[in-house]
Order: sequence, then structure tokens, then C-alpha cells
Amino acid sequence: MARIIVVTSGKGGVGKTTTSASISTGLARRGHKTVVIDFDVGLRNLDLIMNCERRVVYDFVNVIQGDASLNQALIRDKRVESLYILPASQTREKEALTKEGVEKILNELSQTFDYIVCDSPAGIEHGAQMALYYADEAIVVTNPEVSSVRDSDRILGILQSKSRRAELGHDPVKEHLLVTRYNPERVERGEMLSVADVEEILAIPLLGVIPESQVVLNASNQGTPVILEDQTDAGQAYDDAVARLLGEEREHRFMTLQKKGFFARMFKG
Amino acid sequence: MTDAPQAAEKPAFQLKSSTVSLMALELAYFDDDSFEAALREKIRQAPGFFKDMPIIVSLDHYEGPTGELDFFKLLGICRRHNIHVVGVRGGNDDQRRLARHAALAILPDSGRQDREPAAPDTAEPEAATPAPAGPAPFRVISQPVRSGQQIVAPDGDLIILAPVQAGAEVLAAGNIHVYGPLRGRALAGVHGLESARVFCQSLEAELVSIAGHYKISEDLQESGWKTAVQVQLRDDLLVVTPLERS
Repeated sequence: MARIIVVTSGKGGVGKTTTSASISTGLARRGHKTVVIDFDVGLRNLDLIMNCERRVVYDFVNVIQGDASLNQALIRDKRVESLYILPASQTREKEALTKEGVEKILNELSQTFDYIVCDSPAGIEHGAQMALYYADEAIVVTNPEVSSVRDSDRILGILQSKSRRAELGHDPVKEHLLVTRYNPERVERGEMLSVADVEEILAIPLLGVIPESQVVLNASNQGTPVILEDQTDAGQAYDDAVARLLGEEREHRFMTLQKKGFFARMFKG
Repeated sequence: MTDAPQAAEKPAFQLKSSTVSLMALELAYFDDDSFEAALREKIRQAPGFFKDMPIIVSLDHYEGPTGELDFFKLLGICRRHNIHVVGVRGGNDDQRRLARHAALAILPDSGRQDREPAAPDTAEPEAATPAPAGPAPFRVISQPVRSGQQIVAPDGDLIILAPVQAGAEVLAAGNIHVYGPLRGRALAGVHGLESARVFCQSLEAELVSIAGHYKISEDLQESGWKTAVQVQLRDDLLVVTPLERS
């Protein structure tokens, strides 16, 4: 049985798709057979970030409606073995996703995959609810600012009341906080919430902190999951997050201002 | 008219069976727009009658699909019109489960024969009383109450061992205790109990109300903000006092 992980946030533009791409790539890179599903029907982006948009023939909705088989729709990643992408439809509406349809596909994928990563659309409506309904774990992507934190809180409430696990009274969905676009300099100037603030408000365990970085933007534009940029802080931060997701203990990095002084270099070495 | 005032005041209490007659809302189907329209029309006919009225939702004649029964929406609409839904009567197991999720009390059936005859029932024949199942009618919540969630203790105290987040709402017929920051809205004594109080470890609330008298965040910041306080009603005014000195 696969673990189903939803990447969600409530608010748009905080880095859900970037995170889905990197987390799924990271899981696959560690040898776990992983599929990442774009639930953002009508506004599909995942295929762009994964650089497979020119290979999309069939999509998620086609499979739900029985117009194509899963094998026809799944796209194999060219960089990482055992990573597959199930793209969203660009021409349909989110209502095309039905509970029964999604369940059938997740069950089928569960037979062969270790991890199913669901990239949720923004908002709290049907599409977002479909993405999180069957989740075993949730990565809640939050920017360090008040409105994003508020929306994350809202989505946590939905996870706790409207997910399948909640409805059936099973163990609750395991929640992880991922703070993205973190800029320690701006936190120090008081322009951003600190990680501690966000953790305190949301009261769920911290999976990782992704620093704000030009690298993320560049990687997205080039269609490379940023986790593959091993030399960069954002890439390493995502790798840490994947390791923690799999149960490894790793110290949190990139949360404080790096002073370029002599001592800082000494301690880093 | 209230069924609440047995809530904690002295260490010992008595449980007495009491009979309250409540208005029942017979739901035929649920669609939020038509529900709200119908409700508004009813209220328009008798504006004073419905204000702050406790009602129960009866599902005995519910014909719509269970999937459409969104109690959160229903509660929200009723609340907007100052009507307090205290519980649900009838319905099948799924519908009752939904009601329980929405923090509604499950009341005994009204006695239709097509269900199992409500287990060895004692003397009280009135089905409308929310006969407390446990020893005391309080509710304890240990999970954070998240933005957009609403928790109701329709008969007694509400005790929350976690934060109440901004955008969340907690309501109780009796007192409200929050062992964590209170960032959302807290409404104690919703059936009119003026001796109800709100206790919290850090007052950061959007609104605090006791028996309909309320203060919003702006006014609350004057005293005790972000500290452990209790809020009570004195001469129709909400008074905030620090917990350590009281």
C-alpha cells in the first residue's frame, strides 16, 4: 500500500507545486517508486515544473472518465528513475474530479507505487478537498506571513474534519509544516514572521524551512525540480525535508542569517 | 426557558431531569440557498420570535441525499440569523455521525416505529430534552480549534486544551476555558446565562461574548491583552481581570 501525501496550503502562490515536484523527486531519488498527481485541473503547472509538458497525451480526468488507461496517462520522468507524473487536464473543470473516480485511481496506483504525492490546487473548494480527502500525510506549505498562516490553519481544520481519515474516525492525517520563501534577513528586520512564530501559531511539527532564493525561480523556469540543484541552499533544504519525511533526524538549516565573517566560516567548517 | 444554569458554580451539583420544549426544524432537504431564503422568510414574518431561539433539527422527514447534509453550513446560516441549533433528532447513522462532527447533540428519536424502540427508556416521555448522556454536560476538546471551525457545547461548559485560532469560533451554554491562546471568537452563556465566564491563558481574541454582551478585539486590547485572564459580565459590561490576582 502506498502512502498518500497531499501538498496543500489554502493560499495560492506559496510553493505547493514547487514543493510537490521536489518532494516527489526526492522520494524517487531515494529509491521509492513515486507518482506525483496534479490536482489543479484547469490550471495545470506541475508538468511545466517537471519539464514534461510536451509529453502530455492523456491526463487525470481522461483516466477518471475511462477514456484512457493509467499506463497511457502516466509520464515517466527522464531524470529520475521510478518517478512518474500524472498531469492535470487543462481543459476541464475541477468538478470532473469525483470522490469515486479519484479513489479508483489512487487504489490502482497504490498497487505499484510506494508514494503518491498529490499536488493540491489553491483554495478550500472542491479541487483542494479532493486532493486531501484520501491523504495519509499532509505537507502544509506556508509562507512566513500572516495571511498564508491563516489559510494554512484553515486547511488544517479541513484536514481534521473532512478528510477520509477524519470521516471514518481513523488515525488523523499526519501533518507537516513546510515554511517556504524564508528570508532570515527580513525576519530580523521584522518584515516577516519567524519560523518560531509560524510554528507557535499552527502548532504542528516542522518538516523544513526552504530559504527564499533566486535558484527556485530559475529552476522552475527551466523545468527542473529545485531539489536536483544539489549545490544550492534551497535544493539542500528540500533534500533535508525529504529525509525528515522518511524519518531521518536532520538539523534545521538556513534559518539564521549567515554572517560572512571569519568566525562564521570557522564554525561552518 | 434556559436549560443551562446547572453549570459549575459550586463543587457539587445535582443532575435533574428537566423537560424543555424546543422548536423542531423539520428538514426535508438541504440546499444552503433555499434554506437561507426560507429561514429569512420565516423570520420576516415574526422577527422577535426567532431571536436567540434554541432549536433542534429533525431528520425524520429528511428526503435529500445524506451527502448534501452540510451541518456546518446549516449552523452557519442559523447563527447568522441568531438561531441556535442545539441538536439533531432522527436520521440514519451516517446523518447522526455528520451531526456529531458538527458538534451537535444527538437527541432520542421522536418515536417512529421503523427504528428500534429506543433502549430501556426511563420515565421521561419527552423526546425533546437533550438528556445528558454522561455525568455532566461539558465538552473537552484537546485538538487546536482551527480557523473556520466551530465548536459548540450546547448544554454546559466548553474546555479546550489547545489554541483557538484566529477565524475559529467556540460557543458554550456555560463557561469557556481555553488552556492556550484564545485568538478566535469565544461566546459563553449563549442561552443567556449571565454568570458564564471565559477563561484563557492568553487573550488575543477577535471577540468575546457573554450572554450576548460582547467586546471586539480593538476594545479587548486595553487590558490583559496577551496575558492569562478571565472575562465576566458585571452590570452589563464585560470585565477582564488577570488570572493570577483574582
